[in-house]
Amino acid sequence: MRSIVLYMHMHQPYRVKNYNIFSVGHDHDYWTEKDWYSGTNNKRIFEKVAKKSYIPMLAKLGKCLEEYPKFRFSLSLTGDFVEQAQAWAPEVIEALQKLVATGRVEIAAETYYHSLAFFYDREEFEAQVEKHREMVRELFGVTPAVFRNTELAYNNDLAKWCDEHGYKGVIAEGWDKVLEGRTPNAIYRPEDCKYTKLLCKNYHLSDDIAFRFADKTWSEWPLTADKYLSWLEKDANEGPIINLFMDFETFGENIWEDTGIFDFFEEVVRKWCAEDNRDFMTLSEACDGFVPAGTVSMPWTVTWADEARDLSAWLGNSMQHEAMKNLYDLREDVLATKDKALIADWRRLSTSDHPYYMSTKYLNDGSVHGYFSPYDSPFDAFLYYMNVLRDIRERVEEHQTLKSEE
Amino acid sequence: MKILMLGWELPPHNSGGLGVACLNLSKSLAKMGADIDFVVPYKSDHHFDYMNVLSATTINPKYIYGRVTAYESKNIEKKLVLEEDTCKSFSIRDMQHDYCEFIERYLMHYKPDIVHAHDWLTYEAGILAKKNYGIPLVAHVHATEFDRGGANGGSPLIHQIEYQGLLWADKIIAVSQATKDIIVERYGIPADKIDVAYNGFTTPSDDYHYDGSSYQYLESLKSKGYTVVSTVGRFTLQKGLFHLMRAAARAISLHPKFVFLFAGDGEQKDELMRMSAELGISQNVIFTGFIRGKQLRDIYSISDIFVMSSVSEPFGLTALEAAHHGNALIITKQSGVGEVLSSIVRYDFWDEDKLAGALVNIAESPALESTLQDGIRHEYTRISWDDVAEKCMQVYDEVEKHKRNRF
Repeated sequence: MRSIVLYMHMHQPYRVKNYNIFSVGHDHDYWTEKDWYSGTNNKRIFEKVAKKSYIPMLAKLGKCLEEYPKFRFSLSLTGDFVEQAQAWAPEVIEALQKLVATGRVEIAAETYYHSLAFFYDREEFEAQVEKHREMVRELFGVTPAVFRNTELAYNNDLAKWCDEHGYKGVIAEGWDKVLEGRTPNAIYRPEDCKYTKLLCKNYHLSDDIAFRFADKTWSEWPLTADKYLSWLEKDANEGPIINLFMDFETFGENIWEDTGIFDFFEEVVRKWCAEDNRDFMTLSEACDGFVPAGTVSMPWTVTWADEARDLSAWLGNSMQHEAMKNLYDLREDVLATKDKALIADWRRLSTSDHPYYMSTKYLNDGSVHGYFSPYDSPFDAFLYYMNVLRDIRERVEEHQTLKSEE
Repeated sequence: MKILMLGWELPPHNSGGLGVACLNLSKSLAKMGADIDFVVPYKSDHHFDYMNVLSATTINPKYIYGRVTAYESKNIEKKLVLEEDTCKSFSIRDMQHDYCEFIERYLMHYKPDIVHAHDWLTYEAGILAKKNYGIPLVAHVHATEFDRGGANGGSPLIHQIEYQGLLWADKIIAVSQATKDIIVERYGIPADKIDVAYNGFTTPSDDYHYDGSSYQYLESLKSKGYTVVSTVGRFTLQKGLFHLMRAAARAISLHPKFVFLFAGDGEQKDELMRMSAELGISQNVIFTGFIRGKQLRDIYSISDIFVMSSVSEPFGLTALEAAHHGNALIITKQSGVGEVLSSIVRYDFWDEDKLAGALVNIAESPALESTLQDGIRHEYTRISWDDVAEKCMQVYDEVEKHKRNRF
């Protein structure tokens, strides 16, 4: 038997609006951009992505579950995503609930705010993971058992943490430096772990869909289902599973419907399921189903981003470090206020998209594949972010003054 | 290839970026084999081994620059140039008239391959060469009257001359996309007749070094934690300095340790001084007057942040000079130079809050300041005059080919 482990990630950040320094002290709404067409108008963007991707793809996935009994998959969804869906596209949540209720859709654990808190503040990290777990339980009635860290940022420490906290699996990029020539199509044991297993993304086959499917300059374009299935078959010789990990928005948002991506998806599922000895597995099923093929050690951090597969897009320059330091330095004071709205605002600022928008990695080489950002420049992203932190600080000080007056 | 270059100024007889641009461009063109006769409207004392400088008049340059500049739109008929030694006086129109006569005399003896005219001041002479002698005309636009005139609309006569020059030109070179857009939108010139060639930057090769002696007061403020912000240019409507002054007051209200240097001179000087007093920030604002050479470079050296606040700036060479001296740059979206730089903060000229916010954030964040300063250091030298010259050569070839095909 050979199994595809399909896992898709759903996330939309709360982008900081163009928040100027003179708003500090009186405007505490950082997330509602009045200009409908602005790149930071979260509502407009969410509604657009819901229409182009979430709703049609969830419908397609529902159809596949109905028609192909062997089909199953896993999802991760951030708190930022869920809150925005609840506000602006509740039908997305309802569709998700229906899918999860089939028992063939697993939800992975992660930080509620899609943050890199693991690398800054372990307590905060655990608080966010707990908040996410509560949300998943409340909405879907299930408890996540496999962990995915933001941006698939992974190292030995993270694996160890998962092991200590009872996760049966953790997922990571199947980068060559992690696997040292071994296939990603197997289950591994992270170093020093007794319980947790490691699932590695098959980045060739995943990125053939996520990055290359619509690329007309690619030598393999157009990618047909049959061609892709022949590649899957080739990989199936290497091991029992094929880990296809990608952003959910690949379907319909990053790659538009008119490329045929939805039909391609269903055709692959249909034909794969039609073969004997071929099926799908959820993340947990894959962890339960196999004995580790070996041990993997990863002392430094790998992610699923960029050529370098490191954290340099988020923490590569001094602005990003300064912004994150300023953020986490405020934690104790913010929590001490017990002001729920303030704490939620502060936590939303931990979302990894914020430092990503400040990246200057591709600024100086005139590269066209510049970073995806709603801001004119990384400097603007930094300006607005730091202005918001000023306001957070003022709100904290207000609480402190009130307290001392009591 | 013989090029007749029609200019209005060359350093040190210059009032701004036009002369600097013309000199550097000519130098690079000469390197590529162009044989250049460069015409100036005054009695030349220039000596360059790579080109001939020809004088269209006998006016002493010291009476021209600093008083009547190449950029003043008003009063082009007024006799503002007074030669004290000869007691003769000239208006810009008088000088243009003499300039044309000189070109006419020149063309009776020589036949250049291309006439390359810089800005409206020389367009009439360019048209003359094209019309009467059939020499292909390349019009180089460093600024349009729409830039100079600001909201006032500028002088109808200058608009007319500029428009005629652009119509007669075989090819137009604009110093930025912003300038090209103005030419297309306001003058209705077809876009395919216009090429964009961004101005270059040549690292000064002299042995300038900052010794901290010129502005000791500023040095002492800096040691007390002040951030020095500078702007350099003519104090005219085009430069958007009222917005900058108001933004300065806004920034100081949040972060008092700022000192703003306004380097330059112009019609808005008194108004700017009054404004700084009314805003209550005259303690934090310093007017240096018109400066050049070492003094100017000392200004750049002592500054932490350089602001280009222009309402409309075709290019903006001073931003590159400031970058060369390690300043963090804040530049309006209406400035052409911003099109070729990435490590800068850009804002709309009217957005005083964003400018003030950027100033405060740079002053308070070492990371932002150093990222901007380090980033720009890798960028500004990439724009070289040799690239501009190469672009001009391409334009010349195109124009010549076209001419040959026609006859």
